[in-house]
Amino acid sequence: MSQHPLQLSRRAVLQSAGALIIGVCLPVRGVFGQAREAAKLFAPNAFVRVGADNTVTVIVKQIEFGQGPFTGLATLVAEEMDADWSMVRAEHAPADEKIYNNLLMGPVQITGGSTSIANSFEQMRRAGAMARTMLVQAAANSWKVPANEITVENGVIRHAKSRREGRFGEFAAAAAILQAPDPQTLTLKDPAVFKLIGKDDGSVKRLDSVAKSDGTALFAMDIREPGMVVAVVAHPPRFGARVASVDGTQARAVPGVVDIKQVPSGVAVYARTTWPAIRARELLKITWDESAAEKRGSEQIIELYRALAQKPGVLAAEHGDPQTALAGDGVIEAEFVLPYLAQSPMEPLDGYLRWDPQGAQARYGCQLQTADQQAIAKVLGLPAERVAIETLFAGGSFGRRAQHDQQFAVELAEVAKAIGPGRPVKLVWTREDDIRGGYYRPIFVHRLRGVVRDGKIAAWSNTVVGQSFIVGTPFESFGYKDGLDSLMVEGANELPYEIPNFHCDAHIADVGVPTLWWRSVGHTHTAFVVEAFVDELLQAAGKDPVAGRLEMMGKAPREAGVLRAVAALAKWNGPGPVNGRAGGVAVVKSFNSYVAQIAEVSIGDGGVPRVHKVWCAIDCGVAVNPDVIRSQMEGGIGYGVGHALFGEITLDEGRVVQSNFDTYRSLRIHEMPEIEVTIVPSTEKPTGVGEPGVPPAAPAVANALARLPGRARPRRLPLSRSDVA
Amino acid sequence: MAFTIKVNGTAKNVEADGDTPLLWILRDDLGLTGTKFGCGVAQCGACTVFIDGKPLRSCSMPLSAVGNREVTTIEGNSGREAEAIHKAWVGRDVPQCGYCQSGQVMSATALLRRIPHPTDRDIDLAMAGNICRCATYVRIRAAIKDAAEMLSA
Repeated sequence: MSQHPLQLSRRAVLQSAGALIIGVCLPVRGVFGQAREAAKLFAPNAFVRVGADNTVTVIVKQIEFGQGPFTGLATLVAEEMDADWSMVRAEHAPADEKIYNNLLMGPVQITGGSTSIANSFEQMRRAGAMARTMLVQAAANSWKVPANEITVENGVIRHAKSRREGRFGEFAAAAAILQAPDPQTLTLKDPAVFKLIGKDDGSVKRLDSVAKSDGTALFAMDIREPGMVVAVVAHPPRFGARVASVDGTQARAVPGVVDIKQVPSGVAVYARTTWPAIRARELLKITWDESAAEKRGSEQIIELYRALAQKPGVLAAEHGDPQTALAGDGVIEAEFVLPYLAQSPMEPLDGYLRWDPQGAQARYGCQLQTADQQAIAKVLGLPAERVAIETLFAGGSFGRRAQHDQQFAVELAEVAKAIGPGRPVKLVWTREDDIRGGYYRPIFVHRLRGVVRDGKIAAWSNTVVGQSFIVGTPFESFGYKDGLDSLMVEGANELPYEIPNFHCDAHIADVGVPTLWWRSVGHTHTAFVVEAFVDELLQAAGKDPVAGRLEMMGKAPREAGVLRAVAALAKWNGPGPVNGRAGGVAVVKSFNSYVAQIAEVSIGDGGVPRVHKVWCAIDCGVAVNPDVIRSQMEGGIGYGVGHALFGEITLDEGRVVQSNFDTYRSLRIHEMPEIEVTIVPSTEKPTGVGEPGVPPAAPAVANALARLPGRARPRRLPLSRSDVA
Repeated sequence: MAFTIKVNGTAKNVEADGDTPLLWILRDDLGLTGTKFGCGVAQCGACTVFIDGKPLRSCSMPLSAVGNREVTTIEGNSGREAEAIHKAWVGRDVPQCGYCQSGQVMSATALLRRIPHPTDRDIDLAMAGNICRCATYVRIRAAIKDAAEMLSA
């Protein structure tokens, strides 16, 4: 390996500025095993490459960890090119915030907030239109005919009058030397003539299915390079503890162990392969300094939050006169408790890094390229532009791979730094590291009060208590202001329901457990609480869960639209129960998408709820890939139902009780409900689907459970807890 | 210690501690990285391989216990059931993140070899040991049924 890591990085030349930045992109080292033709490449911009073999390779700035951006962004490019879908490929973009920034999140390359399609919709189409224009011009020049007489269909460029035609590859070389048009001046297609966007006949297949079905898809866990060592890190048993001393004598004696080093996050064990590193770690004798560690248990934390919930917090939203409305008789009160949750993606955190004083090359499932690049650079004392990141497929994230403090990138760099330059390192987390590693969805307590008058919800008050994971981080600008973290109250401070007297406030608690976003962020808890309490008040008012919601949705047409659609799909006829099965409803707007779900639930073995079926309606604007949207609803529902039933991380005197999938229960195939999805037609701009399927699932299940005989309204998750029934 | 194990029809010599789980021998020593590490305690099924044709969690089988038995990984998964499962997986676009799918495919292939027309309950029993955090279970079930149909056609 004489080649320096930096030579693998792309050299970009910026051509234009503005909302759309297009650069020239040389081939990056792809991870997606398609043809990588060396010659006659046409790369009109940083997002598209056309090969002499007619392949169209789309360079995707968002990470593909399951939610479908490879397919989605490629569809947008291919649509405007009129490409042949069977010749379309995708690969991850290198880390470069000047070209590959998320247009909805500023000058940073980041995947999150279900924004991949939303921020790329126009940009990728313009990139495709630019490629098409240049290929057509090249054909026109070659055939000596006017460009406007040329048509393109399914990857074939044609001049009908002279009966000439050719495929993209024939004109790639000629197009490459043409003057590039300003993409902003190009006319995009009228949605009425879309051929690939919205196509739902099974012909626009996911681009990553083949490699992910035969074991050839490459993940960071699979990297093997000459001279590479595998590292695992022993982390403290309590959050906030630090290494006081370490005796590595026994660990060092394990055959295959290369070295042991103290790093800021713990003690790193390096071995030639993975297993000796894991085994040797168990033999380390570490004394921890726990003087600054969090030593409270989760029940103590919950008690603290309960007490806080009785006091007024920082105001999040208010209208009408909730104080007066809630001062009288007949106030319905409910306290909801939601646990810490681990994201636990199938592939635990892992990554590869090689560095020397000239630069570094990292390869992993990177979700926050710009921030991670800067963090690695800082640890290694390099300028950020000398840190190349090759983004790989990742085995899921659900929020875990995007840390506000670049936890993993920093640890990767520290571990590589500690063993010294020129030594490639693969850092591997085990499942225990993942489940005990913090960065959880925070515990939340919500105190709800409501009044029903004349069959209507007359007043509503919600006090939210939990940790903020953005305060004091670079992500403060995402939503923290004047003592209020909007990510804690999103979904609770603005309801789709018209309630005349409304109040929402919040307390930020100070607890030493690191927390993080978890698939759908604030909506993971606010949707549950709001939809469960609305349901309870509607029941008190004698209203049907669907009709009662619709009555209050006069100013929320898209929420009402999905609710009507799901009620029609499920042939809703009240909550029941019928034959021991009850129906529960929830409707949630999150990440600018609208999702309503109806769950059919009974009591299964051991009193654990059995979710038989979930009907789902989504309005996400223009549906780019309907089948990907359905898959995200299916997966989101499974993720939501699984954690509602079983998900709970508990602390005992600061130590995490759970350690693996035996104790942190995951939904399994026999517990997966049947699912039926309808996509509400829309011409609005497309919005996200990665997260919005999750929030309605838990409250829909809980609202069904509440209608079963002998069951109380669930106030605490997970629903399989013995004290919930 | 030196061991010789049969993997995907070929005898392989490996030098490792006999306690080393087969998973890490396959991945780190033999470069067969299609078999995945997910939990290390036989809870998730991402490491599923065949031992003499039967699905087994390679993370919990020590190298010394393999003996003369035939090990088959996703890289060596072949035959009509394997081909039908792969075709059905792609046809349904089953994978999302994809990390667990090698194990799912191995368990599903073994199921079809044993029961050509599995019922939902057969599928539950055969596949309940394979966790998918993306919850692609609806499509896994459908794809197994598709593959069964392909095989009987």
